[in-house]
Amino acid sequence: MPNVSNNTSQYLFNYTNVLLFLLAGIAFVFASIAFSRIMAWLLGHRKPDPIKQSTYECGELPVGTSFIRFNIRFYIVALIFIIFDVEVVALFPWAIIFKKSLALKGDAILMFAEMFVFVLILIVGLIYVWRKGDLQWVKTLGDKNVKDKE
Amino acid sequence: MTAGQILFNVVFYFFALLTILSASVVAFSRNILHSAFALLFTFWGVAGLYIFSDAQFLAAAQVLIYVGGILVLILFAIMLTHRNPREDSGQESNQSSSVILASGITVLVYIALLAVYLPVNWSGKAASYGTMTTEMLGTALTRNYLIPFEAVSMLLLAALLGAAYLARRK
Repeated sequence: MPNVSNNTSQYLFNYTNVLLFLLAGIAFVFASIAFSRIMAWLLGHRKPDPIKQSTYECGELPVGTSFIRFNIRFYIVALIFIIFDVEVVALFPWAIIFKKSLALKGDAILMFAEMFVFVLILIVGLIYVWRKGDLQWVKTLGDKNVKDKE
Repeated sequence: MTAGQILFNVVFYFFALLTILSASVVAFSRNILHSAFALLFTFWGVAGLYIFSDAQFLAAAQVLIYVGGILVLILFAIMLTHRNPREDSGQESNQSSSVILASGITVLVYIALLAVYLPVNWSGKAASYGTMTTEMLGTALTRNYLIPFEAVSMLLLAALLGAAYLARRK
């Protein structure tokens, strides 16, 4: 059984909010599925046909399997995302300190400059991937195809 | 036991159980996509256990980076490499050399884990750094370890450039 001090249990109590949100989120998913199932059972017509049973693709006819080899560009964007994700995590401890440093003006400016440099270094990376076109989504669909259609 | 302590224990064992069960799904599932999704719950459970260990910053980082980032990357990696992950890959190598290598690595990992686990006096009360660990970390990063903190930014920049360059080359 975990051994906790009074202080810790006090602070853990603050996480009850998080836990309640988590439980409410999980409950919401199951409740909405159950609700839609019950309503479908009460109100729906049960006349299945092959088109009804097929995967819904926003009006498109589903072609082939849903497991296709993904474009490498998804992966590059995910990689870029992780870098800036880590940057956001680095902001957390700084943000707490910054709020308290606001009492002293010189201190706050120093804190701001520290984080400004941190972010600035990473913005160089953002400019790089932007200029190289990694963030450009419609790239190899090509201007050629567009021109051919027009 | 007060109601608070009971709740505390229930939540603790919930997270512990979540971590262990989902981790075993990761290890034993035949479908790599199921393993990846089970890893989501493992990461969540570990984040919960971090909160129980007063490591709030680590918990936040765990949720943001591992649940939000690394897992997406793992899923993309699976979808990039596997033609159809729903099918059993069936590429199990039964070569004795790879079996011996895998067992050897596993034994070494367990020896390393035991070397960490055994010397610790688990019954004693853990050293507590209080509940202001994120604030302490912020002070340390912005005052005492400013240069390493900015160097982290440079490291991230290098990682970003390298990753984008390598991924683009195909």
